[in-house]
Amino acid sequence: MWLWFHKLSSPPYAYRTAGLVRPWLFWPAILLMIVGAIGGLVLAPEDYQQKDAFRIIYVHVPSASLSLMIYVVMAVAAAVGVIWRIKLAHAVAAACAPVGAWFTVATLATGSIYGKPMWGTWWEWDPRLTSELILLFLYLGYMALRASFDDTQRADRASAILAIVGVVNVPIVKYSVVWWNSLHQGPSISKLAAPSIEGSMLWPLLIMMLAFILYFGAVLCDRLRGEILRRERNASWLSESLARS
Amino acid sequence: MQSSVQTTPGLGKILMLVLARDLRLAVRHWDQVLQPLIFFVIVTTLFPLAISPALDELRKISPGVLWVAAMLASLLALESLFRPDVEDGTMEQWVLSGQPLSLLLLAKTATHWLLTGLPLVLMAPIVGTALGMPQSVWPVLAATLALGTGSLSVLGAIGAALTVSVRRGSVLLALLVLPLEMPVLIFGARAVDLAMQGEPVAGPLNLLAALLLFFVSLGPFAMAAAMRISVES
Repeated sequence: MWLWFHKLSSPPYAYRTAGLVRPWLFWPAILLMIVGAIGGLVLAPEDYQQKDAFRIIYVHVPSASLSLMIYVVMAVAAAVGVIWRIKLAHAVAAACAPVGAWFTVATLATGSIYGKPMWGTWWEWDPRLTSELILLFLYLGYMALRASFDDTQRADRASAILAIVGVVNVPIVKYSVVWWNSLHQGPSISKLAAPSIEGSMLWPLLIMMLAFILYFGAVLCDRLRGEILRRERNASWLSESLARS
Repeated sequence: MQSSVQTTPGLGKILMLVLARDLRLAVRHWDQVLQPLIFFVIVTTLFPLAISPALDELRKISPGVLWVAAMLASLLALESLFRPDVEDGTMEQWVLSGQPLSLLLLAKTATHWLLTGLPLVLMAPIVGTALGMPQSVWPVLAATLALGTGSLSVLGAIGAALTVSVRRGSVLLALLVLPLEMPVLIFGARAVDLAMQGEPVAGPLNLLAALLLFFVSLGPFAMAAAMRISVES
């Protein structure tokens, strides 16, 4: 079992594996996105209070949870890289950051598009919105720190420390809903016992969530391959495999 | 016997030596120590000029103004926290000395707090009065700043250790450190605001104290790890 893990941490093997896995993530993601979009935009009934405007949650909620999840994935990968000195883990962390930052931007954008008809304002200094914005700053700081080193290894280790320190902020983001009362509605799907969302509205949301996660996996594979190419540009296995193809 | 005692003094003594050395350096360059404090006063002066000279309006925003100015002043002093020691090779000797680097850096951070945090705690009530803050709020303001600037110093020191080897790292430092410091700002300014409205302030003060303990206990390890990366090359 550990052999498999060690094999995966070798760049040539990881490069090939990521290439093989990618279509198995990408195409199901697209398929599920189409199913979820039809389910959410056409089949799901109108909300009695929010009318059609609520339908933006089918993009907003998955991107919001991914923006947090990717930060955790990034910090875990960075920690693995620092603790066991696995260079590939650092490559994974580096590949995560821009994807997570874009999901955060998507969350903020869809949130303010939703906020305009619902609350009558584009931006509200609500704790959840604010902490999502702080999350974006954390991503930007991480990428800025990474970019400021010329040496990849130092950039890896320095940014890993920042990611681990920053992950402290993720629970604050997540639980700020509980800490402060605000006009942002509480989470509606985690309450599985008595869900405050109806089944016909819920299933497209879950499908979209799964689709976004698969899509993240596919993009991560792509970015990881790019990252490996950049890091191993002088390696012999790369020129050999290029010569063969 | 005598010599072995001299070559390996106890950890407490080493930490006191670090503190004493940094304080002595600060006394010799006292003008540099004053600069963040003058900066603090200037920033708080900008708000009446920019918003309104009416004390009623200033009173409402005074907790936030003082806290933001304190954050920026603390940030300003961070740039020179580790840089001179890294440039003249002292830090390399510390890394190689076999003493726990995390504690040595924590001692340096404590000096940073003594030189920027503590004067801010003492000065903030005076500046706050100029912004129309009632005297009854002074103890709460001083308490939040005393607890909060400690957290700011530790978080800032992590950022300073990460960016010390980066050329022109001061903007990067602000970019890294300010988002991490935001929870401290929220609780600090909130506590002062509650105190001005006559509400109980124990909640945010406890949270500030919890954050301080959390950062002081875990922060030094991050500092040391960051410093090892910055020094090696």
